[in-house]
Amino acid sequence: MPDFCGIQLAHRVINASGTYDAIAARRVYGDALLADFPFAAFVSKTITPEPRTGNAPRRIWETPAGMLNSIGLPNKGLEGFLAEDLPRLAELPVPLIVSVMATGRPEFSRLVETVGGREEVAAIELNVSCPNVHSGLIVGEQPAETEALLRALRPLTAKPLIVKLTPNVADPAAVAAAAEQGGADAVSLINTLKGSAFDPRSGEPALAAGHGGLSGPAVRPVALQQLRAVHAAVGIPAIGMGGICDGADAAEFIAAGAALVAVGTESFRDPRAGSRVAAELESGRPAGALA
Amino acid sequence: MSAPFGRRLCEVAGNRESGGYRVFSLLDREGPEPRPGQFYMLAAEERWEQRGARPFLPRAISVAETGAAADGVRLDFLVEGVGPGTERLCELAPGERVWVNGPLGNAFREPREVSPGAAGAILVGGGIGVAPLALLRRRLAERGVALRVLLGFRERAHSGGLELFCGAGGDLCPEVRLASEDGHAGHRGYVTDLLAAMLAGDDAGSAVVYSCGPPAMLEAVRVLCAEHGVPSELALESPMACGFGACFGCAVPKPEGGYLRLCVDGPVLPGESLAEVPVHA
Repeated sequence: MPDFCGIQLAHRVINASGTYDAIAARRVYGDALLADFPFAAFVSKTITPEPRTGNAPRRIWETPAGMLNSIGLPNKGLEGFLAEDLPRLAELPVPLIVSVMATGRPEFSRLVETVGGREEVAAIELNVSCPNVHSGLIVGEQPAETEALLRALRPLTAKPLIVKLTPNVADPAAVAAAAEQGGADAVSLINTLKGSAFDPRSGEPALAAGHGGLSGPAVRPVALQQLRAVHAAVGIPAIGMGGICDGADAAEFIAAGAALVAVGTESFRDPRAGSRVAAELESGRPAGALA
Repeated sequence: MSAPFGRRLCEVAGNRESGGYRVFSLLDREGPEPRPGQFYMLAAEERWEQRGARPFLPRAISVAETGAAADGVRLDFLVEGVGPGTERLCELAPGERVWVNGPLGNAFREPREVSPGAAGAILVGGGIGVAPLALLRRRLAERGVALRVLLGFRERAHSGGLELFCGAGGDLCPEVRLASEDGHAGHRGYVTDLLAAMLAGDDAGSAVVYSCGPPAMLEAVRVLCAEHGVPSELALESPMACGFGACFGCAVPKPEGGYLRLCVDGPVLPGESLAEVPVHA
């Protein structure tokens, strides 16, 4: 039974934040979702201090072996999350990891302190792909910003803090090392790669926001190399993700140093991809790249 | 009844040409009977992201008709090949298998659920959007609901699915009226011309309008119904990666601000709940 930062898990496959709405899925599939829950832990969509409606459509675009998305973190805000979503997520049969993001240090602190104080929450994932309103810099792109944020948040909770690393930097290992230095318990990677596509019919950007995040099998080799580099640079565990579709993919991430793996886009194609990947990883189903 | 959790493989039971579209059938041994307006996420088992390219995501296709099969439900889908996913679905050969997730989404409400005084239903379909109205027409007819069906097509090459509106004898059901922009069948012009004339008549006030089709047509239907105070049930379409509320891609603006997710809050929305039918490219 894998132990992750003191949390006992039934297997090594969890979900990537923002790729599975367990509450909506339960409405669609009923309690069969709970009886056969696909993930060993559930990571919530990112919660922000205030409610967000998300970006205008168009929000998604299929690309070769993947997709672009620009969803814009729609969520009910901290108060709405605590009142409406947390009680439902607490009914899931697995530990709950809550993803949080804020643009200011006091708001980020309030999120971590409040969410960390809830017994339903096993760990907190910090989404640092956001600007610091004071410096204007994207926190997760700057080792110094990342370390400073962790130093501020670390004393606020005893729960494990996981830093979700952005791949859109030259040296993700430096950011991971800074997160560890600041007191992070784990890192997770990769977030989506910045990408764009143009609608051939209009010549305009395919997504209303102009650009989005690329995910799916297309990003897998990039994710594996970043994971290798990060694993070599830090002593804390890493959650590896990026285009995992089956057990053989997951095994590559384990080989590259991941303690856990996360399934994201593949769940869109197969709502039970998490349990399938876990079973395939367990059985060691081999599949070479040229098979 | 909920959809089975996860996706399942269903065998292709047939695939025929239909007025420029294709109608293919899947044999579903596990799922419940879908309700009119519901949809499935479909992806061919083979030659679907096999070469690391497109199609990658499953495609959301509403069910056009169902039937009893030897040991399950036969699901008929009307598709037009407009991209790599729908083109692959058009090629499906009997014996191949398709990954199926569904039935998903809500369904058209019965006229009495929409409006207690409703005396009948007017179905308005355009192009490939006639699909969900075929199953709806049959279900409402079986319940004895007074029906009128208006179907519009751009041109002869895009006029498929009509046989889904035929009775046992193979003739178009008598309640069906056609419109075509090229005049090859029925009224030359838009199907909404027929609806406008019908709503202007004195007997349409107690009807509920059910519609599916291209956004411009749906918007015209929404406006006509609003003008005449007639409730409408509109089946919308949106880009969609998952179909079960996970991807948040199928955002439709709400008049009061914010967005709903068409997959779990729709795909059928009351016309009165929309400020306008969004145009999704």
